[in-house]
Amino acid sequence: MSTTTTTTGTTTAPAPTGALNASRTTATAARVLRQLGHDPRTIAMLILIPCVMLFLLRYVFDGSPRTFDNIGASLLGIFPLITMFLVTSIATLRERTSGTLERLLAMPLGKGDLIAGYALAFGTLAIIQSALATGLAVWFLGLDVTGSPWLLLLVALLDALLGTALGLFVSAFASSEYQAVQFMPAVIFPQLLLCGLFTPRSNMHPALEAISNVLPMSYAVDGMNEVLKHTDMTADFVRDALIVAGCALLVLGLGAATLRRRTA
Amino acid sequence: MMNYASGPPADPPAPAVRAEGLTVVRGPRTVLRGLDFTVPRGQITGLLGPSGCGKSTLMRSIVGTQAKVTGTLDVLGSRAGQPTLRTRIGYVTQAPSVYDDLTVRQNLDYFTAILAPGRTAADRRRDVDRVLTDVDLATHADALAGNLSGGQRSRVSLAVALLGTPELLVLDEPTVGLDPVLRRDLWNLFHSIAADRGATLLISSHVMDEAERCHRLLLMREGEILADDTPEALRTSTGCETVEAAFLHLVDEATTAARAKETTR
Repeated sequence: MSTTTTTTGTTTAPAPTGALNASRTTATAARVLRQLGHDPRTIAMLILIPCVMLFLLRYVFDGSPRTFDNIGASLLGIFPLITMFLVTSIATLRERTSGTLERLLAMPLGKGDLIAGYALAFGTLAIIQSALATGLAVWFLGLDVTGSPWLLLLVALLDALLGTALGLFVSAFASSEYQAVQFMPAVIFPQLLLCGLFTPRSNMHPALEAISNVLPMSYAVDGMNEVLKHTDMTADFVRDALIVAGCALLVLGLGAATLRRRTA
Repeated sequence: MMNYASGPPADPPAPAVRAEGLTVVRGPRTVLRGLDFTVPRGQITGLLGPSGCGKSTLMRSIVGTQAKVTGTLDVLGSRAGQPTLRTRIGYVTQAPSVYDDLTVRQNLDYFTAILAPGRTAADRRRDVDRVLTDVDLATHADALAGNLSGGQRSRVSLAVALLGTPELLVLDEPTVGLDPVLRRDLWNLFHSIAADRGATLLISSHVMDEAERCHRLLLMREGEILADDTPEALRTSTGCETVEAAFLHLVDEATTAARAKETTR
């Protein structure tokens, strides 16, 4: 019996690592969404808070609808980045501390499958969140966009992926939920200050402008502003979207490198 | 399932685990010091020793999740940690590693999808139902893992390791915190897994009456192996009534020897 199991074991063993395995990736995404499904309060907050903030902002700038256009469009890109950053960093930190990560990596799960699964799950959530926020802003709060709202949605989705990637990456450096949450001011706030939300980046001190040029959130906000001001998909928009997407992929790759099958 | 018992095996099966000079360093500390041992196939081997003696590190090395392992460590004919071994070993960590915010069935559904993504949904369901019955949790299948008692959660963790009929089960204190009835049932399950499926089990414990139920014992102390024998042979060689007494005898002997060494130095 032992010899037969040995041979079947070796022949049925699938190619273990390397390329993504579609069904393992989707199973992981479904599992992450199912976990959230048992936590309806988190889902409600994820989806409603951006809408409430936009609503608030609309009436804060009641007298100057132009300001609302600028800030509102930028925020449509920033919300998904922040929320997905928080959710992912906590979720993967839990995965690391609960021992489920060690268990998964002792199983035939590729690191890429795990990361793609998380990106897929939170990406889906981000689409819903961004669609609602964008729809509310454009159709009910009178956000005046020259270009297509679909392009706003596209940038929002890329931002969400960037947030997921950053969250995954920093969770490797946090040993508790307290630390993970503190990474938000550390990683997100500087980008928020420098991304051009408060003042155009060209008005900043040259040193800060140079820093803002290498921070991905700057391009997320620039991309949103391109859609705001131009009817067509401009070359600048394409460049901004590609930079955000490239950063997201790069950081996802770095995140994968922090997952170790063998640990001390 | 019974062909192992009915016909003689063609050749003596190679051991499930073979270690030579196995050494593990964690930070400044050498946790395992040049261990030599084998774990025979199709049997239950108990791994016993005081807490902190390196049992969990040894198990993690076999499963392939421990870093800085040197020496030879072959598991099921391959080097420990080889990717092909990942479907063939079931591993239960000391703390239950399951998703608290999923139901028992959702946990098992996910892990079985990772283990065998090619199988049909009906096949997977059968596998999940089987392990739920094995660990006696069929009635709790739809409860959230986080709402279960400690003993129940550790059984969910054990159920995950039983998915996909692994050839080698590495169980780190699987019966801690369980009541006597459940412990007896689980040990019966372990014996039937070894007898019927021909699987190898390596089980750590510090409950000595469980040691009597193992085919072989590895006694550890401070990163070294004190004894590697059957329970009967241990009792005979030490002249003790129980494995517990034999173990204490060996530990005391080793401690005295270590002290003597230090004083002569």
